[in-house]
Amino acid sequence: MSAEPRVLRTDAETALIAAYEGARDTLPGNAEVQGLRAEAFARFRASGLPHRRVEEWKYTDLRALLREVPPLAARLSEKDAAAALALAPDRLGGLERYRLILVDGHFMPGLSDLGPLLLEGVEVEGAGLLFASQSAGKVVMTLPDIARTDAAVSLNTALAGDGVAIVVRPGVQLSRPLEILHVSTGVEASAFTRDALIVGAGAALRVVEVHVGRDGVIGHANSLAYVDVGADARLDWSKLQAAGDRASHLGSLVATVGAGARFNHLTVTAGASLSRSQSFVTIAGEGAEINLNGATMIGGDQHADVTLVLNHAKPGSRSRVLFKNVADGSADGVFQGKIIVAQEAQKTDGKMMAKQLLLSDDAAFVSKPELEIYADDVQCGHGSTSGRIDEAMLFYFLSRGIPRPDAERLLLQAFLADAVEAIGDEEVGAALEGVIEDWLSRRAPAEKAQ
Amino acid sequence: MLEIKNLHVEIDGKKILRGLDLSIGSGEVHAIMGPNGSGKSTLAYVLAGKDDYEVTGGDILFEGESILEMEPAERAAKGVFLAFQYPVEIPGVAGMTFLKAALNAQRKARGEAELTTPDFIRRVRQAADLLQMDQEMLRRPVNTGFSGGEKKRNEILQMALLEPKLCILDETDSGLDIDALRIVSEGVNALRSPARSTLVITHYQRLLNYIVPDKVHVMSAGRIVRTGGKELALELEARGYADYAADAA
Ligand SMILES: Nc1ncnc2c1ncn2[C@@H]1O[C@H](COP(=O)(O)OP(=O)(O)O)[C@@H](O)[C@H]1O
Ligand SMILES: [Mg+2]
Repeated sequence: MSAEPRVLRTDAETALIAAYEGARDTLPGNAEVQGLRAEAFARFRASGLPHRRVEEWKYTDLRALLREVPPLAARLSEKDAAAALALAPDRLGGLERYRLILVDGHFMPGLSDLGPLLLEGVEVEGAGLLFASQSAGKVVMTLPDIARTDAAVSLNTALAGDGVAIVVRPGVQLSRPLEILHVSTGVEASAFTRDALIVGAGAALRVVEVHVGRDGVIGHANSLAYVDVGADARLDWSKLQAAGDRASHLGSLVATVGAGARFNHLTVTAGASLSRSQSFVTIAGEGAEINLNGATMIGGDQHADVTLVLNHAKPGSRSRVLFKNVADGSADGVFQGKIIVAQEAQKTDGKMMAKQLLLSDDAAFVSKPELEIYADDVQCGHGSTSGRIDEAMLFYFLSRGIPRPDAERLLLQAFLADAVEAIGDEEVGAALEGVIEDWLSRRAPAEKAQ
Repeated sequence: MLEIKNLHVEIDGKKILRGLDLSIGSGEVHAIMGPNGSGKSTLAYVLAGKDDYEVTGGDILFEGESILEMEPAERAAKGVFLAFQYPVEIPGVAGMTFLKAALNAQRKARGEAELTTPDFIRRVRQAADLLQMDQEMLRRPVNTGFSGGEKKRNEILQMALLEPKLCILDETDSGLDIDALRIVSEGVNALRSPARSTLVITHYQRLLNYIVPDKVHVMSAGRIVRTGGKELALELEARGYADYAADAA
């Protein structure tokens, strides 16, 4: 075999190259940032989209699965963006929160609650300014080693044109959850966004990252959230991926957690035909507490991947990972969770659990929890179970007169809600349980008919 | 109320019920006693409609209508209730949610309106009082972490709430201490009515001191081998099942 470079490109690869070449000169960022973009893009150009022989992407072969990448989305006028926003479903229902709005990947300050946030000590600006700023631009574009060279991350570094940059002053306790809403409108377009959140020491806030879009529209989104949780701070970050049914979604979280800080993360995955939500979390100080949770519910021919890399780089931290996944129809799910415990990270206490329920014969879910331990004085464990809804439990419901669809709905609700409850926030939890209920009631419409 | 005719049931090709006949009239309480493995729980499950079992012959008529083709939920809505020998734990589903779903599903199937929340709460309270159960337990997930006795009480509480026409109690006495046995039995007796029939499955005569049956049947190797009055239970208590086990072989 000769070692000549692969020249055959998929349509998606060709489109990504065209997108970068077309936007290169107008993407925001200082010279250093542009250099990082070029470097990241060169990585992509050399290797193409990841495929099944790339270990981290083995179960989500983007070369085969990612069919179309439409052109980069244009920025809508604020008026048009407001109209598009009004049409987008509010997946968080009555949750009282502050909102930051991005439409087709463009931050809409005029539609966002900047004033009240500033009054509470939270500064927000467009990521364009961040990319241009001297030191911060480099930081949010460089990223830790465990994330930097990942394919989706590299594409994001190359192409991220906007996003929100949020700075929470030390000690601030934000009174309401902060929603970062990514809306894609009806156009066939791609959006590359990078959001950044810096949480000052001792501050506490709740963030809900929401991705929504119209069904039937081919769209592509590649979003990345750069998160820095300061010492003794507390951040609860929930992500709801409810993209349209023909969209593809590649979302990354790159978080660094300081000493004594507490970081709770929850990923709720329901939308998109193809999605991957990946989290790269580094514990960079002693005595942090990390909870990474998720609920995935997919059906039809959806493919959804949740991948975690949790790096215990410092001693004495505790991590809990709990994922609850259900797959119906002929959907394919993937859960990959890797906990790394560095040699220095003695007294690490880490547990990871993934549970899957398959709701049909054609559905499949690959679950791969992994531990990579270099320290000797640690308490770590992981487990994974996959199966069907428990027949004995079902029969108990049936025997009490509860028809099968209702019985399944109640059992699945309980199963999935477990992961949502683990974030320990009743308000956000109730909103996200509403999303689960909604998915479950759409799954079995027959029993809804009166 | 219930008429079982020459019922044959298999599981995984293994014959378990072999020509069982049983007829229970309205308002009657019948007891089935028999050695372990004689097929008592199988009968209970088949009546409730569990689909692991294959009915290979015979019929089950409930109020004159065959229920063999009916789904378990449909049977329940018609008034068949099984108090399980081993009640199932349902983590994550609160007792109240479960009870409300059951009650309203049955009402809906019968064309009745859903209960209002106050009406529902009032009925649950009555049932809980009858079984001397703390309502706090019903806020917890169904049966989860309950003791054996608590689970059995919870079965009878559900029975009291759902007001079935045919109550099947499968070894409800096992795992109960003497006080709980009395409370549960009083609960069952309170539900006795001319319109309600009860089938009490038990291994021991003890329960029948509290729930006095109209008839006692002895089951062995998948058949009713003897039928008598309540005194038959005392005889079995004294002599054991040895006679019938031999008969079965
Ligand atoms: N799920 C099953 N699979 C195979 N055999 C079973 C199953 N359930 C019951 N049996 C067998 O059927 C027979 C009757 O069991 P069961 O009805 O539980 O008896 P009882 O309640 O009288 O003790 C026993 O021999 C038992 O082993
Ligand atoms: Mg039994």
